[in-house]
Amino acid sequence: MKTFKILGALILLISMASFVTTTSAEKGYDIGDTTSDFSLKNIDGKMVSLSDYSDAKGFLVIFTCNTCPYAVAYEDRIIELDAKYKSKGVPVIAINPNNPVAKPGDSFEKMKVRAKEKGFTFPYLLDEGQKVYPQYGATRTPHVYLLEKTASGNVVKYIGAIDDNYQDASKVEEKYVEDAVDAMLAGKEIKVTSTKAIGCTIKV
Amino acid sequence: MRYLSFWISLFALVLFSCSGKSKQQDNPKDVVSASPSIEETKSSENEVKFPVYNFDSFEPLLHKEDNTIYVVNFWATWCKPCIEELPYFEKVNAEFKDDNVKVVLVSLDMPSMWKSRLEPFVEKKGLQSEVVILDDPKQNTWIPKVSEEWGGGIPATLIYNKSKRSFYERGFTYEELTNELNQFIN
Repeated sequence: MKTFKILGALILLISMASFVTTTSAEKGYDIGDTTSDFSLKNIDGKMVSLSDYSDAKGFLVIFTCNTCPYAVAYEDRIIELDAKYKSKGVPVIAINPNNPVAKPGDSFEKMKVRAKEKGFTFPYLLDEGQKVYPQYGATRTPHVYLLEKTASGNVVKYIGAIDDNYQDASKVEEKYVEDAVDAMLAGKEIKVTSTKAIGCTIKV
Repeated sequence: MRYLSFWISLFALVLFSCSGKSKQQDNPKDVVSASPSIEETKSSENEVKFPVYNFDSFEPLLHKEDNTIYVVNFWATWCKPCIEELPYFEKVNAEFKDDNVKVVLVSLDMPSMWKSRLEPFVEKKGLQSEVVILDDPKQNTWIPKVSEEWGGGIPATLIYNKSKRSFYERGFTYEELTNELNQFIN
């Protein structure tokens, strides 16, 4: 009987331990959550909040940076997303979540340089103090959050990758983000609401 | 008595779920179908020193049924925290050989970096662990097959043997790594 008690306690302990790790890994927003707004500094020095966009129907909040090869591979596609959807009321809001102390290539000055080189048409914000990306639960760059503006706030509709081929834009078979935005704007159900992709971990 | 039977059934549940998992891994079809596609990818990339896998040909490396403990580390030369923990994996590979531990370093470097960055890096650091390249852009399909817990960030590490597996989406110190490994050795 005693052995069973010990065994039982052991199992309880193990299951508790695994429970703790699972929950701690699942921080941040889920599909359907309402996000809180932020106020972050743009490369032009002005502060940007989602509430500034009174006419927007939604937002493509994209955590990205200068230095991650995956983020760089997607730069042109992020510019295209902004070109396609800003006029439809869903602008790109890019946020660099990396700590410039840990990653000097992602400093505010370097962000300005990169945005100019590539001709970014969207705000490129620095998550100063790195407070916003943990609220979202972003874990890597690039990491996309599609938000829909509703009467009760901005609601998360899609989380994940831009498409299914980082290497070659011409070989993309599924445009996850475009499909999600199109469905959202048409008032239809979004079929794929979250995807996984390799990315650079956020530097803290 | 109710107390006792509760724990017995819970224990049985744990046992059952473990055996169910290992059955899934024991899929000979995967292993057989793997070899020709490895050769195919190899010959088309004969420039690169390391074997190049797509996920289908790579997957059997995550489900070997021998007596070895595999430490499968996902990394890339451009990933700073990955580079920082590589020496610990090298050390483990050398020091735990007698415990049947084998480290596999799975590079997720992009094709353009294989010759220009990966090969010089491995040579310069004198890496002794096995290095393989996983090149499969359909990440949303294969990431969950490595582990449902994995969001896609690297470094990430899978430790497994034929009866147990643990996945970690984080970096390690040497002490943390050996602590995890010891749970497989004991």
